[in-house]
Amino acid sequence: MNVVVRIDAAELHYTPLNRMVRAAVRDGEKEIVIDNVLGQRFIADGLVGEVVITVNGVPGGDLGMFMRGPMLVVHGNADHAPGNTMDGGTIVIHGSAGDAAAHSMRGGKVFVRDDVGYRGGIHMKEYEEKHPCLVVGGTARSYLGEYMAGGIVLLLRLGETGPFVERGIASGIHGGEVYVRGEVDPGCLAVGAKVLPFEEAHRERIRPLIEEFCRYFGNDPAPLIVADYTRIGPASARPFAGKYTWE
Amino acid sequence: MAIGSIPLRYQISIDRDRCMECGRCVENCPYGTFRREGDRIVIDSRNCTACHRCIAMCPRDAITLTEHPCDYRSHPIWTRDARESIYNQARTGKIILAGMGSTQSLPPIFDQILLDACQVTNPSIDPLREPMELRTYIGKKPSRLTLRRREDGDVDLETELSPNLKLDTPIMIGHMSYGAISLNAQLALAKGAQASGTFLGTGEGGMHPAIFPYQDNMIVQVASGRFGVDVDYLNRGAAIEIKIGQGAKPGIGGHLPGEKVCADVSCTRMIPLGSDAISPAPHHDIYSIEDLAQLVRSLKEATEWKKPVFVKIAAVHNVAAIAAGIARSSADAVVVDGFRGGTGAAPKIFRDNVGIPIEAAVSAVDQKLRAQGVRNEISVIASGGLRNAADVTKAIALGADAVYIGTAALVAMGCRVCGNCYRNLCPWGIATQRPDLVSRLNPDLEGEHVANLIHAWTMEVSELMGAAGINAIESLRGNRDRLRGYMLDEGMLKVLDVKPAGA
Repeated sequence: MNVVVRIDAAELHYTPLNRMVRAAVRDGEKEIVIDNVLGQRFIADGLVGEVVITVNGVPGGDLGMFMRGPMLVVHGNADHAPGNTMDGGTIVIHGSAGDAAAHSMRGGKVFVRDDVGYRGGIHMKEYEEKHPCLVVGGTARSYLGEYMAGGIVLLLRLGETGPFVERGIASGIHGGEVYVRGEVDPGCLAVGAKVLPFEEAHRERIRPLIEEFCRYFGNDPAPLIVADYTRIGPASARPFAGKYTWE
Repeated sequence: MAIGSIPLRYQISIDRDRCMECGRCVENCPYGTFRREGDRIVIDSRNCTACHRCIAMCPRDAITLTEHPCDYRSHPIWTRDARESIYNQARTGKIILAGMGSTQSLPPIFDQILLDACQVTNPSIDPLREPMELRTYIGKKPSRLTLRRREDGDVDLETELSPNLKLDTPIMIGHMSYGAISLNAQLALAKGAQASGTFLGTGEGGMHPAIFPYQDNMIVQVASGRFGVDVDYLNRGAAIEIKIGQGAKPGIGGHLPGEKVCADVSCTRMIPLGSDAISPAPHHDIYSIEDLAQLVRSLKEATEWKKPVFVKIAAVHNVAAIAAGIARSSADAVVVDGFRGGTGAAPKIFRDNVGIPIEAAVSAVDQKLRAQGVRNEISVIASGGLRNAADVTKAIALGADAVYIGTAALVAMGCRVCGNCYRNLCPWGIATQRPDLVSRLNPDLEGEHVANLIHAWTMEVSELMGAAGINAIESLRGNRDRLRGYMLDEGMLKVLDVKPAGA
């Protein structure tokens, strides 16, 4: 049986906490549980390795920033920007996340069971085999997928029936796709964003994400897979072309 | 409104008596100013950018260039530039982009500050014979030291020191990204910096593997687009710089057009080939000084608090208060970039109108930090239009710990400040990704030129210091008593905290 390293984060500052996590990963530990997390920021910041870290409590901002490889499972809500500039690995949040979730994420996946705040998936970008994905079970606030340059944002809106009404969706998007289950109020689409056809190929593209989401949170994937989605992408890959002239 | 073509900017002429029709001008000009027709070289002056490549390469000195051969009616307000900008915008309806630093004819304050020298009452120092200390440390200095005396009488330092960069000269090279400049140009700068015991910035372009051998002399930049940023990149750098703003274009982001994103640039920036690389105006995770502190600490945490973190801001009106905030964010240095700073491309209206001069900004920052008792918490790096060792010396006397040079280092490699960096056709192999042009720049040779420039300026700084009776850069830093203002108004003298000449 695997030995699980347990770290009690009560009253612990984030720097010694991360030091303990790093030391454990360096020692080859594969499973770490951090208990009593209460607002510690930067958990697993810049952490590289193959390890599963369970976070019990409410982590502070920038969870898993610059991270490459680990899997973080949060039993609680996360503060702003989990997965900020993340490079690889997985973050699973059994709760909600704050603003700018998956900000500038370059690889890996973030799954949020409930809701995310404003500007979710902002400036996510892809490159070669790196293809970041943000999957949100609940809903999102304004400016979802703002400035997106690559990857996928999937908004499942579990329990929601009406159209998605949040301002500024995909404002300035110039790459990647935003999938929203159900209708999207056309007035909420921002400059540079466009509704694109949702076809079988796209359903196949999001199917593994839906299945993975349901595995983590115990939902039934079948109705989500057959549901209708609004697919939003860039109106142009060159949003600023045509704005400038040379001296 | 009918708009005709504007008059020639430059006129090229060939002295046919001297010309031997070797065709080097034809080969060297990427703008198409010269072509061969039969046995004759024909000139199209309209294509000329005054890059001087043909003039430099002509073995017979047969080529001459005249700027503005055709006058407009002279007018103090409706200058040539004002009129031509209107013609351009009337035709296109677009924002004008321009290359290199401000072309506004505002007088540099540096030119109105004079340095001191010893006469009779205090001896000057001869740097040939006396040791001159130019070593500069960038980073936090402890506000107090705690020492403990051991049993055997020895003393231990108990205070934990923050990581500092150790420079052999107060002159560093600022951030010019691979993408904005060629790999050969960046390699030459890296070689020059390494040979000079100083550092240079990567810009927001990631780090090409060819630069890895110089990584101990590189400051890696994290800007709003987060291009090329991963944990390996952060760990490679000697320091990390968060770019908030740039002197040439304060308040706006950057935009590398898809045409310039070639295979190698795509690889180091980690973006798809040919896609636009858009750095938004703000960092999406920074909307306050507290958020900045969060990013500073996230970078430190990711690199286990082993690296100094710089924050670069454009010199704007409230620069002193902003720097005071940065000093409290765990950052180790603040880079203040004045409005004359260079750029590969910036909207002309920003470049020429937004921001304040580095002289006023660095002095205000230094004074504010001292007044608040946090000057030791943060080093101050001045940049933006420093042209010679006197500018460097004056910037340090106005309160900078070190300076960044940019354009000056490019000029050392052949740049003629023609300002066409954005066209990807730089004939000197600097601001281009076209392989045939890039190959014109020999990184070893130009690296030497860069090192020579830094060496020469460093010697001049030490000579100026010696003449003023100063033998350590620490004694020059913020030493405004060694400066006098000449033809500066009272308000500016107050901002600089400098006395007028004669006082």
